[in-house]
Amino acid sequence: MSAYRHILNKVSWAILTVLFVIVLNFFLFRILPGDPARAGLRDPRLTQEAIQAIRVRFGLDKPVINCFQTLNPVRLGDCAVNPLQTQFFIYVGNLLRGELGISYHSNRPVVDILGERLWNTVLLVGAGQLLSIIIGILLGVLAAWKLRTGIDYTALVSSLVAWSLPTFWLGIILLFIGSRNFGLPIGGKITVGANFATAWEGWLDAGRHLILPTLTFTIIFVGEYMLIMRSTMVDVLSEDFILTAKAKGLSAFQVLRDHALRNSMLPMVTIIALNLGFTVAGAIQIETVFSWPGIGQTIFQAVGRRDYPMLQGAFLVIAVSVIFANLAADLLYSYLDPRVRAG
Amino acid sequence: MAERAEITSFRGAWTSLWRNRIGILGLAMLLISIAVAIFAPWIAPYDPKAPVRVTIDDIYARPSAAHRLGTDDAGKDVLSNFIFGSRVSLIVGFFASFISIAIGGTIGIVAGFYGGRVENVLMRLTDIMLVIPDLPLAVVLVALTRPRLLNIIFVIGILGWTGTARLVRSQTLSVKERKFILRARAIGAGNIYIIRRHLLPLVLPLMVANTVLVISLAILNESTLSFLGLSDPTTLSWGQMLNFAFTRGAMSSGAWWVLVPPGFGIVWVVLGCTLLGHGLEQVLNPRLETHHLAVGKQMVARREVGMP
Repeated sequence: MSAYRHILNKVSWAILTVLFVIVLNFFLFRILPGDPARAGLRDPRLTQEAIQAIRVRFGLDKPVINCFQTLNPVRLGDCAVNPLQTQFFIYVGNLLRGELGISYHSNRPVVDILGERLWNTVLLVGAGQLLSIIIGILLGVLAAWKLRTGIDYTALVSSLVAWSLPTFWLGIILLFIGSRNFGLPIGGKITVGANFATAWEGWLDAGRHLILPTLTFTIIFVGEYMLIMRSTMVDVLSEDFILTAKAKGLSAFQVLRDHALRNSMLPMVTIIALNLGFTVAGAIQIETVFSWPGIGQTIFQAVGRRDYPMLQGAFLVIAVSVIFANLAADLLYSYLDPRVRAG
Repeated sequence: MAERAEITSFRGAWTSLWRNRIGILGLAMLLISIAVAIFAPWIAPYDPKAPVRVTIDDIYARPSAAHRLGTDDAGKDVLSNFIFGSRVSLIVGFFASFISIAIGGTIGIVAGFYGGRVENVLMRLTDIMLVIPDLPLAVVLVALTRPRLLNIIFVIGILGWTGTARLVRSQTLSVKERKFILRARAIGAGNIYIIRRHLLPLVLPLMVANTVLVISLAILNESTLSFLGLSDPTTLSWGQMLNFAFTRGAMSSGAWWVLVPPGFGIVWVVLGCTLLGHGLEQVLNPRLETHHLAVGKQMVARREVGMP
């Protein structure tokens, strides 16, 4: 009973957050200046008919929401208008039908472009996260075990340095070295124009393109996982059941593997979830540097091209993915640790 | 009473910070970069704003006696740009984190002190903001409001307060339960008075340590936004230098001298803040750090050991 209530509570908060993001996403683009569709309307060379046509095409002839014709500049409108005929509800209705608008740049539906690119981002982030989590856990355990020794200090200092590296800069430097000295590809997902005899060769080519972005990702994120693992491990290792295990005559390795590691894994789940925002930030930078055709690169390109429907859509997709990934981590956490459900 | 507690805690913090080598190293790194930013016009060999007559040989010229770090895509001296670029990073870092700390500190103290429904609403808001990814939102906000230095500071500032709010709230919750707060209330002290005279002095040291870490995050965010092309076109920053170098052929020209210095500058400042922040944290929140599998001297407080 209580478990269901816990899940229901978490799910409803996630949905509320998504609604908040949708509202934010809509009004930001209506309140703040800078949308070229509206800026273009002030061009004195446009005829009245052309302006009206543009307004109708982008739905700008409708009031933003009840009582407000436009929000920037604020112009009051009809309060008795049918809510479904306002820009806000048309936007929400389109979202429910899975429509995110048309890209100004390519004139294609934003959803189609993002759909192609989402999986590339998932591949990149997945590979990078997996590697950095595994290496981070191993290094963290090692540092905690060898507390206050050279190994510990080296791991600590190098993770602080790794934390201070701007992701995009590390990417640039690795790209510079990797492409010049190791013959690795300079970017993209596959070699452009290459013909692969077998599917395997295609995969191999994509794998070669993944090496540098994944390496960048891993170096940036391994430090934090290592620090968390280390401090959790130190806490667990000072518990009495560790002393008991040691007194039984188990080797340090056995104590670590069978007693300490399991109990140190829970905080990692939380940190991985909390890190998702940073992960997204990392993906944007890495995809930009390595021309990886993912959502992050899409955001970068949309900013440069003033492609606002694209930017709006990409932000929504990223925010909603992070919210639901967080929810998944929350639920996983309460599944792994029954005390959370009971409490 | 409260005044004495404040002074002793700060002075105590200062003396133990001296013993904390890692914190001192960070402080020194930070002070050096501040000095460079202030004295930029006297240190830099060239004025980055002065117009230069450029020939094809001046573009991405290798380091030489005239240009110790070579020249960039516009034939300008990289060393001078690098020195002047420190200003934007530090200005954005300090002012943005000031905004973050002010918002986060207020929300944390109000939520922790008043509790109840106020706390519920504020912390739920914090949770929501915590989940929404910062960088994409910052990109959207800066892109829509146009990249001016003030906008960038403001956007980074209003997105960076969630961590501070949670930290300050938990500290407030623990301080609130102490006896002297109850006594102050018993003699008729009001909420504002208690917050100002009794709560703030005990929450402030933690906020100072947190500020340093928030500064480093703000500097990283600023450089990232600049690299993504969202920098103030009228000012010179390290992220902007990297953006120009990356988008204007430094990679294919092999011009490492344009790519390395700005990144080094960012790492220097951020690492300085990170080390100082960790040093302060160890000083203010010393923990016994040892365990049953550890070897060597047992039960030594972390702050007395220091770090290499």
